[in-house]
Amino acid sequence: MTSTPIVALERVAKTYGVFTALHPTDLQVEEGEFVTLLGPSGCGKTTTLRLIGGFEAASAGRVRIEGEDVTERPPYRRPVNTVFQDYALFPHMSVAENIAYGLSVKSNNIPKVERQSRVSEALAMVGLDGLTHRRPGELSGGQRQRVAMARAIVRRPRVLLLDEPLSALDVKLREGMQVELKRLHRELGITFIMVTHDQTEALALSDRIVVMNAGRIAQIGSPSELYDNPATPYVADFIGATNLLDGQVIGRDGDEIALRIGGGTIIRSRRGTAIPANAKNVILGMRPERLLPSAPDVANTLVLTVKENLFHGDRLRLELTAEGIDRSIFTELPRTAVAAVSSVDPGSRLVFHIDPADVMVFAGEKNP
Amino acid sequence: MTLTRRTFPGFAALFSMPFAWVLLLLVVPYGIMISVGFWTRQFPLFYPDFQFGNYAQIFSDPQYTTVILRTLKIAALVTLGALALGFPLAYFLVFTVRSAALRNLLYMSVVVPLWVSYLLRAYTWKIILGTDGALNSLLVSTGIVSAPLDIFLYNQTAMVITLVYIFVPFMVMPLFTVLDNIPRRLIEASEDLGVGPFMTFWKVIVPLSLGGVIAGSTMTFCLAFGDFVAPVLVGGPDGTMVANLLQTQFGAALNWPLGSALATLVLVIVLVLLQISSRLDTAGRVELT
Amino acid sequence: MHALKWWQRGMVGFSIAVLAFLYLPIVMLVLFSFNDSKVTSFPLAGFTLHWYEAFLANEQMLRALRNSLVVAVCATALSVVVGVTAAIALDRYEFPGKRLFQNAILLPLSLPGIVTGIAMLNFYKQIGIPQSLTAVVIGHATALLGVVVSQVMARLAKINRRQLEASADLGATPVETFRRVTLPTIRSSIIGSALLCFTLSFDEIPVTYFLTGREVTLPIYIYSTLRRGITPEINAVGTVIVAASFVLIILSVTLLRERRPT
Repeated sequence: MTSTPIVALERVAKTYGVFTALHPTDLQVEEGEFVTLLGPSGCGKTTTLRLIGGFEAASAGRVRIEGEDVTERPPYRRPVNTVFQDYALFPHMSVAENIAYGLSVKSNNIPKVERQSRVSEALAMVGLDGLTHRRPGELSGGQRQRVAMARAIVRRPRVLLLDEPLSALDVKLREGMQVELKRLHRELGITFIMVTHDQTEALALSDRIVVMNAGRIAQIGSPSELYDNPATPYVADFIGATNLLDGQVIGRDGDEIALRIGGGTIIRSRRGTAIPANAKNVILGMRPERLLPSAPDVANTLVLTVKENLFHGDRLRLELTAEGIDRSIFTELPRTAVAAVSSVDPGSRLVFHIDPADVMVFAGEKNP
Repeated sequence: MTLTRRTFPGFAALFSMPFAWVLLLLVVPYGIMISVGFWTRQFPLFYPDFQFGNYAQIFSDPQYTTVILRTLKIAALVTLGALALGFPLAYFLVFTVRSAALRNLLYMSVVVPLWVSYLLRAYTWKIILGTDGALNSLLVSTGIVSAPLDIFLYNQTAMVITLVYIFVPFMVMPLFTVLDNIPRRLIEASEDLGVGPFMTFWKVIVPLSLGGVIAGSTMTFCLAFGDFVAPVLVGGPDGTMVANLLQTQFGAALNWPLGSALATLVLVIVLVLLQISSRLDTAGRVELT
Repeated sequence: MHALKWWQRGMVGFSIAVLAFLYLPIVMLVLFSFNDSKVTSFPLAGFTLHWYEAFLANEQMLRALRNSLVVAVCATALSVVVGVTAAIALDRYEFPGKRLFQNAILLPLSLPGIVTGIAMLNFYKQIGIPQSLTAVVIGHATALLGVVVSQVMARLAKINRRQLEASADLGATPVETFRRVTLPTIRSSIIGSALLCFTLSFDEIPVTYFLTGREVTLPIYIYSTLRRGITPEINAVGTVIVAASFVLIILSVTLLRERRPT
């Protein structure tokens, strides 16, 4: 890409004393993208967002916004705005005053008349009219969320930062707001950078997802890239779930390799290019939904014993064990497939098949 | 924020004025008082010195030791009295009064007397307990006694009553806070487990309210220990407390070094008490989840 | 109310008695201030405003009252300025000796006032400042610093840091953030602690006793009068003070309630 990225981190790092919150990191976000920083708590995603917003000073590296170096600039001199996790609405101001706040500061003193029209415009944008005189304390969680969004977008930032914007909402409301976020992103046409620990949210909303782990970027890619081709066992298990097993390479034919797993079972994979040619010990990844019941005489099968079955509505989740493998293997069967097997009661032995194209292989000695 | 080269100017701009104020007008005066405690007096003047004569005198002269012990005794009685009145009141406010509005109103009414002049509140007991006072005239006019009694005023009992009256709110405040913080479900759980209200009180409420008892008792004890108005107004000849002794050293007796040594002793006693109290409080603290 | 057990009824009765114990003396004071008799005894001798007239005609007492008001206002103003600055610095920065500094500020609140009074007297004597109302103002302002610092710090600690960040995020400079977000949030604690300082200073005896010179404050005047004996005039001035205190309390409660963010 030739255009300047709207946000660029160049070897940016953040340390607190001896603790490293973010190792030197590079990241480029293009104009108009919806990028999500995804990871468990403490992975450095929020630190990254706060470095872009200017709430944390980088320990090393440069932060650029629209090509300009803003590393030393305080938040009030950066062309970005933030939707905070707990909204951080000013409790002593009405909804209208909260939203107008960013238009009335000295650096951005907009005439009163224009202020009002922009506040109404922002309120309409987030679908919130008629509550302008309420205080934040008198609003529901969803309404506060909308006020926080309106307050941030009213300043027409080039980049909107969203710190776990939906985490305080209950499940039903969250799904509704996901649709709203997507709509808002499309209508505003600006860049969104969101932090979340919820992979479903990330997969549903993002153009690109930055998966982070222990202060480093683990992988960057579109939702489908990350789901279909995770680069590491960590990403494989974080984006969707994956059964991870230790295995040894026993044979190789082009991109197809034969692997031995615990108990002597041989599994074939057609993803051999993912690992170095001389790799011996590897980690196999199998998505639960790719393990399907089959006849015993088909190739690439595993014989597993049911340990527990859990009813999940349209699906049945099975916890299975295999001889010589010290951890449980999970599958998810559609209810229609359950009829095809004799029994799913604990103790039943079932045969599962997996397509060699679905067996992921990662370089590495030991299961994470 | 931690101090760095970048944040220091802002910090200095904010902090230098209060720091200078506190250092010069608070810390230095205490320091000077402590050092004057080691000076010598050659009537009517005092000379800088470093000797323990003043302290030796305080601890050897029965005139001083009696007063110090008496002050400790009175402060202890006042603390017990305030606890005896304050705990049931706080318990009543938190657990018996069901309406939150009424509870707040009653709590306010306990705290409000603190805003009314301390001197006046001590003084009222003089007009109540005096020979011509309200209590005596009431007893005489109702025929309970035939002539006014002079047993009410100018003794240690009058001092204890007056001081309890003045300091009860200080006891109720922390007790109310700790009791109010005890989750109701703990009491429900205790009753659910078949424990009656009395045992619940002993096994659940009392242990969880100890922090408030310690805080309230420390505050009451320290305040009563240093009081010098009540002894003057309602105390008798055997009512002199440490604070009155201090007054005398800076007044009629004109012995600043001895007075400063005595004041330093009071300072040390109070600091030790505060330290013990905070240790007890930390040791006995349980995390309410 | 639910049916109460016997011991709960006992508790209610006891608590009402304690509340009565707290207010009965104040009622007595007010009652006898209108009683037409030189002694404070029952039965009441009849209604009079004589003691109020005597109080209003007492030049010395009025002068002491004026001194007290001046001292309390000045001491409160100083305490608030120094205390709020200190509270903000303490809230915002971590520095060595911070705990020690906080403890020093709070010391006069837990120490008997007489010790602080003696310490300040020693200090003023050493640097040669004469005992005066000015000395009293400085003494009160210093001793009451802890009230302001602790109350304002408690409020500052409750401010959501994200709100300050949000303000900066929306383009406000630190000064604007302080004026538009921090100050409105801590305003009630400033007003509250100022009222408390005023009351405590107006009522203060031990520090004043040692620092005041020829000019006295009202509590010192009353205190020295009382050592000589009771005059019902004191009841009258006491009633006025009680009434003023109640007005102040009601005022502060309503003021603070309206300011409270919902």
